[in-house]
Amino acid sequence: MALVLTEEQVMLKESAAGFLAEKATVAHLRKLRDSDNAQGFDSDVWAEMAAMGWAGIAIPEEFGGLGYGYTGLGLVLEQAGRNLSASPLQSTVLIAATLISELGNSEQKGRLLPAIAAGEQLITLALQERGHHAPQQTATSARRDGDDFVISGSKLMVLDAASANQFIVIARTGGDVGQQQGLSALLVDAATAGLSVERREMVDSRNVGALVLDKVRVPAANLLGAEGDAWGGLSRTLDIANIGLAAELLGLSVEAFERTVTYLKERKQFGKVIGSFQGLQHRAAELFAELELARSIVLQALHAIDDGEQELALLASAAKAKLCEVAQRASNEAIQMHGGIGMTDEYEIGFFIKRARVAQHTFGDYNYHLDRFALLSGF
Amino acid sequence: MSDLEQFRQETRAWLEENCPESMRTPVKGFDDLYNGGRNPEIDHPDQKVWCDRMAARGWTVPHWPKEYGGGGLDKEQVKVLRQEMARINARSPLDSFGISMLGPALLHFGSQEQKLEHLPKIARGEIRWCQGYSEPNAGSDLASLATKAEDKGDHYLINGQKIWTSYADKSDWIFCLVRTDNSGSKHEGISFVLFDMASPGVTTRPIKLISGSSPFCETFFDNVKAYKSNLIGEEGKGWAIAKYLLTHEREMISGFGAAPKKSVGQMAVEAIGSDSSGRLANGILRQVIAQYQLDTLAFAATMARVGDEAKAGQGLGAASSIFKYYGTELNKRRNELNLAALGEQALGWDGPEYRDGVVSRDWLRSKGNSIEGGTSEVQLNIISKRVLGLPDA
Repeated sequence: MALVLTEEQVMLKESAAGFLAEKATVAHLRKLRDSDNAQGFDSDVWAEMAAMGWAGIAIPEEFGGLGYGYTGLGLVLEQAGRNLSASPLQSTVLIAATLISELGNSEQKGRLLPAIAAGEQLITLALQERGHHAPQQTATSARRDGDDFVISGSKLMVLDAASANQFIVIARTGGDVGQQQGLSALLVDAATAGLSVERREMVDSRNVGALVLDKVRVPAANLLGAEGDAWGGLSRTLDIANIGLAAELLGLSVEAFERTVTYLKERKQFGKVIGSFQGLQHRAAELFAELELARSIVLQALHAIDDGEQELALLASAAKAKLCEVAQRASNEAIQMHGGIGMTDEYEIGFFIKRARVAQHTFGDYNYHLDRFALLSGF
Repeated sequence: MSDLEQFRQETRAWLEENCPESMRTPVKGFDDLYNGGRNPEIDHPDQKVWCDRMAARGWTVPHWPKEYGGGGLDKEQVKVLRQEMARINARSPLDSFGISMLGPALLHFGSQEQKLEHLPKIARGEIRWCQGYSEPNAGSDLASLATKAEDKGDHYLINGQKIWTSYADKSDWIFCLVRTDNSGSKHEGISFVLFDMASPGVTTRPIKLISGSSPFCETFFDNVKAYKSNLIGEEGKGWAIAKYLLTHEREMISGFGAAPKKSVGQMAVEAIGSDSSGRLANGILRQVIAQYQLDTLAFAATMARVGDEAKAGQGLGAASSIFKYYGTELNKRRNELNLAALGEQALGWDGPEYRDGVVSRDWLRSKGNSIEGGTSEVQLNIISKRVLGLPDA
């Protein structure tokens, strides 16, 4: 596929940009934060997004989605990144729907995907257990008991946990901690006995959850995919999740950069606008170059999902590592070039650095993905 | 069979038949490329055979029109030709500044007579060209050039000095920026003229570089005649041509940033070894190589994206402004990593243990990439001003 946007995609991008710039901006995020909103996003805005079809944007039409593919979803995520729009697009649309598509049987897909596409169900992945993304290290266990599984363990960093209807819990039904083999994916309804969900507010003012699973009993029919064999689908889902997060980070970085360049043209010191100083110009120009590379690798990775390319894992880690690097640089430079005002809560640029870091660390940070990129490249 | 598929079959068969075996081996650095000219430097007789056979089909410049010695191929056919050449590891038959720099400028700005006079000789490799741009006091600030051209009716009389003239001592003709008028701003009054390096009054002196080679010269003009029939475009309007040509030069230089066949990571594993997980044994070097390879991948994606956008009629985007800067910086990084990966094997001048000195010479030569054709700092100035719209100090 050529590395350009089709007319349909350009229209989607523009309509997402228009909607989010009106309904889900940094000012809205600030309001959610200051009102201590329990779910961390605005339900009415999410209902409007769902009404436009965004909840099913990458879901095939046969399951009630729009069938725009991941390139389409990536364009919306990029705009969400620009506006720091809080919504379940990442947790439910990007990640849970993908994992269900990857692992679910036809009954599960036929039931769950249309419910997600309609915006009726919020489903989220419960994977991480410690401070770092390390899926093979999963220790939460699921023991077979008759027609049920009994799950015990704990989970951290579960996106949108406070508002989720269901969780997809990754648990070990076999193998040892550290192994890919032996992991299973189980659907757990939020109301199941033995499951406790505690809200944790992150620096980006979004909510994640800490889950404790104390002998949580679910029917074996809740298993997604074969027992002990979730790795393939989980791994591909994580690749797609990271490409989606890279798209969000692209929008975030470009917006932080553009706001910074605008500021460089306005702020005067020593009787001149500070953007006339070469010390700042060259740093801005270098960052511009990095942002162009970032845009290209994200687009290539999004296309690779839709084209079913073999090299997806390598491109996913490449895109995430590159965007972690660029987002870190863009957000740090944004604060530095804004000077003192960039340090104030009143000014909006600080929201960008905070969301950037959380998104960077979600499902593997720069170090994780650069290491994986090198391994997949044969060194 | 589609027309393109038929073209591929025919091309494959022709290349199989006509590309000499010795021309199916990798070139050892710049000096091993065939540049043509009145007195070509020939390391192997097949170089000229290969060039002549390709030129007869117009395939030294496959995308140029046939009337100027080109192959008249469209973009898809050119791509097929390149793929088929790569398939048998065929060398490029002819590399010259005539093809990469002057040709595009002549096609764009030259008169019909000028095109018919000069382009076919470039295509056949008969005339080797050099570029007279930089002067001792006009480097990054190229427009302040002072080489004087005095109007003498049917010709100009040229006096002055150029520097960093690539291969001036081996070239037959020069495309040269001269000052025909001093009265206006420094960008006005510059003219673009062509003349024969064998003309009386031209002398060249090679400059030996840190890499040991001498690709550049100082070039002196003492009452040299340049005929007005070889003035390209209008008198005094040469700056636009100079800039147009520089974009082609920068494209050529940024091409050095393309990923090499064997990755640095693999080379390092062969030289240093890996642990039981398959990771390069030195973790610090491994990280730097991974960063380089990541940027190389993203840079290649950017070249592809800009190409695809242009093909889709979206014009040459702002991204193209980064090519020269980023490509040359990448190439410098790669050359430093070659040294880090190969160790002292990469520091000798010659000998089989030292890979015949190729790695060390390429490393030293790469330092010039971010200076020639506009320094990295000048490129960053251009991005700041023209793309980001930041004001002058």
